[in-house]
Amino acid sequence: MAIVYERPKSLNGAPFTYCPGCTHGIITQQVAAAIDELGIVDDTICVGCVGCGGYIAWFMDTDAIYSLHGRAPANATGIKRMNPDKVVFTYQGDGDLASIGTAEIVQAAHRGEKITTIFVNNATYGMTGGQMAPTTLVGQKTTTSPYGRDAAHCGKPIRMCELLSTIDGAAFIQRVAVNTPGNVRKARAAIKRAFQCQIEGKGFALVEVLSACPTNWGKTPAAALDWIASDMIPYYPLGNFKDFQ
Amino acid sequence: MISSVRFHQDACKGCELCIHFCPKGLIQTDTAVLNANGVHPTKITRQEECVACANCAIMCPDGVITVEKF
Ligand SMILES: Cc1ncc(C[n+]2csc(CCOP(=O)(O)OP(=O)(O)O)c2C)c(N)n1
Ligand code: SF4
Ligand code: SF4
Ligand code: SF4
Repeated sequence: MAIVYERPKSLNGAPFTYCPGCTHGIITQQVAAAIDELGIVDDTICVGCVGCGGYIAWFMDTDAIYSLHGRAPANATGIKRMNPDKVVFTYQGDGDLASIGTAEIVQAAHRGEKITTIFVNNATYGMTGGQMAPTTLVGQKTTTSPYGRDAAHCGKPIRMCELLSTIDGAAFIQRVAVNTPGNVRKARAAIKRAFQCQIEGKGFALVEVLSACPTNWGKTPAAALDWIASDMIPYYPLGNFKDFQ
Repeated sequence: MISSVRFHQDACKGCELCIHFCPKGLIQTDTAVLNANGVHPTKITRQEECVACANCAIMCPDGVITVEKF
């Protein structure tokens, strides 16, 4: 009898506190599964952020710390530089990484820090009740854009993979989604490669994951995944932006 | 039977993504059970028709499902 899928071993067994149908749960498992496959659970340090994604620090069977909002790449920099033999990753939402933490992520990439970042883009500030984020789509209704995001007033959503891939210190940049089983499998492969990038000392690695927030989008979990396909992917194309040899 | 699909029903949040993604339509709500999350968890019906694709388990945000293949 062979196991085709089971809850990854690099999780500590605590129940996830994410909402029903929240794909943070899928991404958290795929990060843990990649760590399982690489056999690095005892050598990995998780740097959590502020936001729903920050809870990952409670669920990983690795060492873990929390950061102030947006500052995970700065914490990860210090940890990695003092412990170059460890595998250090940040797990950050879009409010965290693409708004308050823009300076930290750009400068970590610019310095070519040998860390891995999992960037969960759900087009909203999930934890605080669904406010507009820099990644909120034009026309998307949120609690702070009740008539839909207005591009003339708020600009158009920021594409972090495209931005970061212009930076020389970034060695691996890929955008994936977790809206279908096939895309989840591709997400796992990209996350694993982003860890390999760090293990081989190639430079900064980031995987952006398009994720659903059914609670604040006001959709059922299945309808939220459909919205990733119909609305998010056309604006945030999936694919590899930068790879290493 | 070529596979075994097990549900850790205590951890289920009733999101129904497993039902949505089973290509064979084998998963149903188990109305006989009410778990500590306050939901009717899901269960497999007609195990013998399962093709062990693990789509249900991969799409479960809470790691409720274990799929094994003989
Ligand atoms: C310095 C600071 N400013 C504001 C907050 C309030 N806050 C908590 S979570 C959050 C937004 C998180 O959104 P995101 O990063 O998109 O993650 P998600 O919850 O969607 O996973 C904010 C603004 C805070 N904790 N610290
Ligand atoms: S608020 Fe949104 S992002 Fe946060 S746990 Fe709930 S569904 Fe997930
Ligand atoms: S393994 Fe595939 S066929 Fe079997 S119950 Fe799960 S989704 Fe359905
Ligand atoms: S996907 Fe998981 S949490 Fe959602 S209903 Fe199915 S078993 Fe329960």
